[in-house]
Amino acid sequence: MKLKQLEMALEDVDVFEKPKIHLEQYPTTPHLAACFLYDAQNRFDDIEGKMVCDLGCGTGMLSIGASILGASYVCGIDVDDDALCIAAQNVGHIRFCTIEETETQGEKTEADPSGSDAGDEEETRIKMATVAVEERRWRARACYDTVIMNPPFGTRCKGMDIIFLLSGLCLARRAVYSMHKTSTREHLLKKAAQYGLQMEVLAQLKFDVPAMYDFHKKSNVVIEVDLIRIEVPPS
Amino acid sequence: MILLTHNMLASPMKEASKQLHLKIECEEKVEKEQEYNADFLNRMIERIDWNSFCAAAQSLDVGNGLPESKEQVDSSNEEQMKKIHHALMEVDVVKGSLVCTETGRKFPIAAGIPNMLLNQDEL
Repeated sequence: MKLKQLEMALEDVDVFEKPKIHLEQYPTTPHLAACFLYDAQNRFDDIEGKMVCDLGCGTGMLSIGASILGASYVCGIDVDDDALCIAAQNVGHIRFCTIEETETQGEKTEADPSGSDAGDEEETRIKMATVAVEERRWRARACYDTVIMNPPFGTRCKGMDIIFLLSGLCLARRAVYSMHKTSTREHLLKKAAQYGLQMEVLAQLKFDVPAMYDFHKKSNVVIEVDLIRIEVPPS
Repeated sequence: MILLTHNMLASPMKEASKQLHLKIECEEKVEKEQEYNADFLNRMIERIDWNSFCAAAQSLDVGNGLPESKEQVDSSNEEQMKKIHHALMEVDVVKGSLVCTETGRKFPIAAGIPNMLLNQDEL
């Protein structure tokens, strides 16, 4: 699948109805999510056929993208029930079958009787759970291959970005992918070194943050974010 | 919540011992066919807690014919593998509770989503 196709498929994903500032709920844009997952799959083979966990999945943008790219099972985890409700709807609505059709370049032009069920089949691959990521006791063991996340940047609740990363590292067997403000890159690299972890900045991207909250004065702000990959050390 | 998801969760209660099995009280479940992928299933079997999986499968009436231990899993026996696949991936608890067997605390499952959040006084 091409990057552009993935991005287009993700444009139908609904975002937060009433975003909650204390949770730093900012929707991952389809462009950002597509670049993120495309890199994880095509450079590192970390998505297709893998067991994936999306920490702080919100309304499911990254979870759905990972499933489109062929993840065998995705678990979306979030503390906010309202966001998970929208995520569940998104998972139900997204038309996975149309993507397959474009991929086979018109081979499926005649009416496919099973086409209407294709969405259902995909739906079963994404599951969700309401969990507070910062509490460590809910997870039984490290059984996911890949953990993906667009975590809180830690502007409202200091240190939350690091807590998410460390939680991800406890759950993953291969790698953790995350997004962080470019302005915190030095800090993260230092932290990674401190824990003896190998962290790579894969790309620097622009994150369009629309004015969502009352305290936002400008109509639209673009912030620079790093897409990072941390390799899980062999145990 | 399918049993694969169940197997990844633990009781968040601080009184509970680590990796404690959560009992399922099922009020409503649906069965959805899912593509059988032998490679993926084999990797999952290696990762899951077998006792917890079997106990959960029994409580949902899909435990018949499952091997008693991981050592007895025969990946060349397709009939057995399909039973494991069915119990692990295709039975979805849409309404019910997860119960911490040590404290009795119930965690609700609504619309297929288990809610493991604790109240302020339980943190």
